[in-house]
Amino acid sequence: MSGPATSRERPAARPPGVEGRTGGDLEPFEAVVERHGALVLRVCRAVVGPDAADDAWSETFLAALRAYPSLPTGSDVRAWLVTIAHRKALDAHRAARRRPVPAERLPEVAAPEGPVPDPVRDERLWAAVAALPPKQRRCVAYHHLAGLPHAEVAALVGGTPEAARRAAADGIAALRRTWGREDGE
Amino acid sequence: MDEDLFATADEGAELTALRAALAGRADAAGLLDVAYRTVDSPVGPLLLAATGRGVVRVAFAREDHDAVLAQLAARLSPRVLRAPDRLEAAARQVGEYFEGGRRDFAVPLDLSLVSGFRRDVLGVLRGLGYGTTASYARVAGLAGNPRAVRAVGTACARNPLPLLVPCHRVVRSDGGTGEYLGGTDAKRLLLAMEAGSTSAGERGMVGP
Repeated sequence: MSGPATSRERPAARPPGVEGRTGGDLEPFEAVVERHGALVLRVCRAVVGPDAADDAWSETFLAALRAYPSLPTGSDVRAWLVTIAHRKALDAHRAARRRPVPAERLPEVAAPEGPVPDPVRDERLWAAVAALPPKQRRCVAYHHLAGLPHAEVAALVGGTPEAARRAAADGIAALRRTWGREDGE
Repeated sequence: MDEDLFATADEGAELTALRAALAGRADAAGLLDVAYRTVDSPVGPLLLAATGRGVVRVAFAREDHDAVLAQLAARLSPRVLRAPDRLEAAARQVGEYFEGGRRDFAVPLDLSLVSGFRRDVLGVLRGLGYGTTASYARVAGLAGNPRAVRAVGTACARNPLPLLVPCHRVVRSDGGTGEYLGGTDAKRLLLAMEAGSTSAGERGMVGP
């Protein structure tokens, strides 16, 4: 008698074939977007600029959603997303190079709908970020923003971990210098 | 610190718009395996979830919506996104039901979370009309196994689609309300509402 009584308390059994599958322990993708969405948007802004960031963000999460069920359990989801964002940024740069309009231009008016409390501050920041050499931009974004170790950053941008460390340090120093000077004026 | 440098003031609003657009693009690309939303109701917030085939899950707050979403991710697919559009008709009809203007639900259902005898029971429950009740024993008989009264209780207790598949219309032979996924108070409220009573709260006080 105890069998049915206890089984009644348990959640319904999984259908055959689902139990033990690689993706069986993955949390709902909405939780991934909730946890990492803001960070990925900042990385996209730093790497491709505010104009192209929305598209890069959408492409990143759509590609991530597609691949998500086969992501091995226990993966570093943030590093995985940054890797996808990096590839999408390269795609965006390649596409931009084919267009006559330069991709690095800053918006004349704030692009998103709704009020933007401090567009002047944002615009100056993006100008400072856009002024960095591409490799420094990426190393700053992937290390200082996304928190990837230099070795992982190097794997994405090429070169040695030491070169990635130096590019990140040079980039953040240049950014602080530019930003600090403009801010102080 | 460095992160804050890049946190622009409009980030929250922009992310909300991006997330909504992502749900739409995911659906268009055939990647939205499970869409969900929540609606408020007199029996508390309800989670509604749907696959491409139809509504697959309705959950009360006491079931813990996050836990239910985790179960759906494990059992159906982890491609789960908040996407209200797919559940617009279901949400509207649930609202109409609680306002008293709707007696039947006309949305496609996906019964893939249930199989075997439990599925047969749900088929019987779908035939129980608004304002009627049946005993667990009667449902067992209609499902083709008169001795399986306890199994009917289990099928009701694990009904993935309460309200839409009206397990609240199954009551005890001795007149007792019986258990309910949403709690016995919610079950009494639904039965009183369907009986046309305006004293749902009063009925809630009846019985142990």
